[in-house]
Amino acid sequence: MQTKSPTIQLRGVKKLYKIGTEEVAALNGIDIDITEGEFAALMGPSGSGKSTLMNILGCLDRPTVGSYKLDGEEVAHLSDDALARTRNKKIGFVFQNFNLLSKIDALDNVALPLLYAGVGLKERREKAYHFLEAVGLGDRAAHQPNELSGGQRQRVAIARALVNDPHIIMADEPTGNLDTKSTKEIMEIFQGLHEKGRTIILVTHEPEIAQCASRQILVRDGVISKDAGRGVVMDVV
Amino acid sequence: MALTSIKANGMRSLLTMLGIIIGVGAVVAMVALGDGVKAQTTDSFGELGANTLNIMPEGGRNRGVRQARSAMQSLKTMDAEAIEKKVKGVQYVSPVVSSSYQVVYGNENVNTNVRGVKPAYLQKNSITVKNGYFITNDANENRLRVAVLGNTVAVNLFGEDNPVGKQIRINNQPFRVIGIMDTKGASGMGEDQDDVILVPFTTMQERMLGITHIQRIEVTVEPGYSQKEVGQSIINLLRSRHHLTATQNDDFRIIDMSAILKQMEDLMSKLSLFVTLIAAISLLVGGIGIMNIMMVSVTERTREIGIRKALGATFSNIMIQFLIESMVLSGIGGIIGIMLGCAISKVVPYIVPQAATLITVAPIIISFLFSMAVGLFFGIYPARKAAKLDPIEALRYE
Ligand SMILES: Nc1ncnc2c1ncn2[C@@H]1O[C@H](COP(=O)(O)OP(=O)(O)OP(=O)(O)O)[C@@H](O)[C@H]1O
Ligand SMILES: [Mg+2]
Repeated sequence: MQTKSPTIQLRGVKKLYKIGTEEVAALNGIDIDITEGEFAALMGPSGSGKSTLMNILGCLDRPTVGSYKLDGEEVAHLSDDALARTRNKKIGFVFQNFNLLSKIDALDNVALPLLYAGVGLKERREKAYHFLEAVGLGDRAAHQPNELSGGQRQRVAIARALVNDPHIIMADEPTGNLDTKSTKEIMEIFQGLHEKGRTIILVTHEPEIAQCASRQILVRDGVISKDAGRGVVMDVV
Repeated sequence: MALTSIKANGMRSLLTMLGIIIGVGAVVAMVALGDGVKAQTTDSFGELGANTLNIMPEGGRNRGVRQARSAMQSLKTMDAEAIEKKVKGVQYVSPVVSSSYQVVYGNENVNTNVRGVKPAYLQKNSITVKNGYFITNDANENRLRVAVLGNTVAVNLFGEDNPVGKQIRINNQPFRVIGIMDTKGASGMGEDQDDVILVPFTTMQERMLGITHIQRIEVTVEPGYSQKEVGQSIINLLRSRHHLTATQNDDFRIIDMSAILKQMEDLMSKLSLFVTLIAAISLLVGGIGIMNIMMVSVTERTREIGIRKALGATFSNIMIQFLIESMVLSGIGGIIGIMLGCAISKVVPYIVPQAATLITVAPIIISFLFSMAVGLFFGIYPARKAAKLDPIEALRYE
């Protein structure tokens, strides 16, 4: 089943930015296959293009050149709205700075993807509550984000990423703003998700965190310089 | 959602809505006033008849000093009779002699308008006497001191008692009450038409006022005749009767009720044009204010928009969110404006007693919808701007 076709397939992906008259290649020819159920850690020095790659993988951005097949469907040139629907259905995001809406409570934050999926209010609330409970925050449903700790906020964000049942979870340095204890909790959640068969792509700077993943991909100057399985300790810099 | 963000910026939102509030308030109040005045004039002219001409003495100069109208003596009873006989298209002619007097019965004491009328006044004004009888020819010829009371006067002086046959004193002269008129109600002008006492014409003119002229002539034009033509015939007749040469001005003036009506309508339409202009300008300013505040809001919430888009919000999702917000903003402004307009409409008659206002549902609904439309129209640009934001850049926005 997994051998058939990868859930993510990038071929010759470039992302070029024009700065003045010069063209800067944030990504300079990326080929990756990620199969369903993989837990991939993206590593690499600052400015190497990890976030740029994540944005393309997450359908937030389009490659300048190259092909991106998501579940066999070419998405590199989809319209904004088509990309938005793809994100909503297939991808859950977890950000370094949580990106929760500050004026609504945890429950409504978690329910947000369901709003755009066209789910009715009652079902939205029920599902959102279910996923909040799953990350151990059932009793914090009515709390505003600023009433929660960093770790709790990130758990709310994870619940939000999961609520519409996407099969890929993308996390760009999800533990970057967290202390050791919260980091451990969050990583346990990710490992749990991996065990349940979800595809996870995670950007990190920390080798210990990358160790949790089943595969490590090193990005350097916009190209993939190393791609290895678990157990290989990578030299980040 | 829209409400939370409006609540969060209470003062800012209120200031933004001000233009809409003033615009809508002005429209609602203006329409209420216009409708009120229209209803009032149609009422009063319907009763009085827009087909009435009023002839007043005018402009007689006495050694260069303009005299008070009541002191002018150019109009005579004979003028009224001549008009009735000679001018074509005249239905009724009423010579008017009247004055305000203190009227006393027992301990009761009222001030009311006393008017001298001839027996024909009964038909001319479609008066019915509910108790007793009306002024007779005999009473008129003999200058009898008899009086027919309007209902208000009757109640004020006699309460429940039957006034017919009782003796009252008008300006200290004894009068016998011979009849009570049926209630006519308030005229459109707001005056109580039952607050009146009718006495024989000659009694009023000679005994009470001690004059030989008359104060005013009311002419009702027969349907089908033009007021202008009848008026002109009257002018010609009176000029010749008063022996005026071509160089002399008229010593009387004809006030045409339909002309007054028209004047009022002109004034109203000018006034409403003016207010409509103000309303249009303040709605425009209000709309621009809303656009401005929505632009600020879009900028402030760039990150929120980025998050929503990352989670799958499409162009139209964001567009609708911001359009609803600006419509809620302008709609609330509209509601406050409507309340303000209604409040003004209620208060105006207390400040300007002649002004009547009439609040109807249609202008309220229309102005509410209009304010929503302003929100929609001026919300489009900011909402588009929000909806078109690039999610990555929006997420990166600090
Ligand atoms: N919008 C942009 N315009 C121009 N250059 C850009 C833009 N976005 C990214 N870049 C450039 O692309 C390169 C890769 O950036 P990216 O954010 O992907 O790095 P990163 O690996 O995520 O770094 P970090 O670990 O610091 O987050 C950088 O050199 C950056 O300057
Ligand atoms: Mg980055």
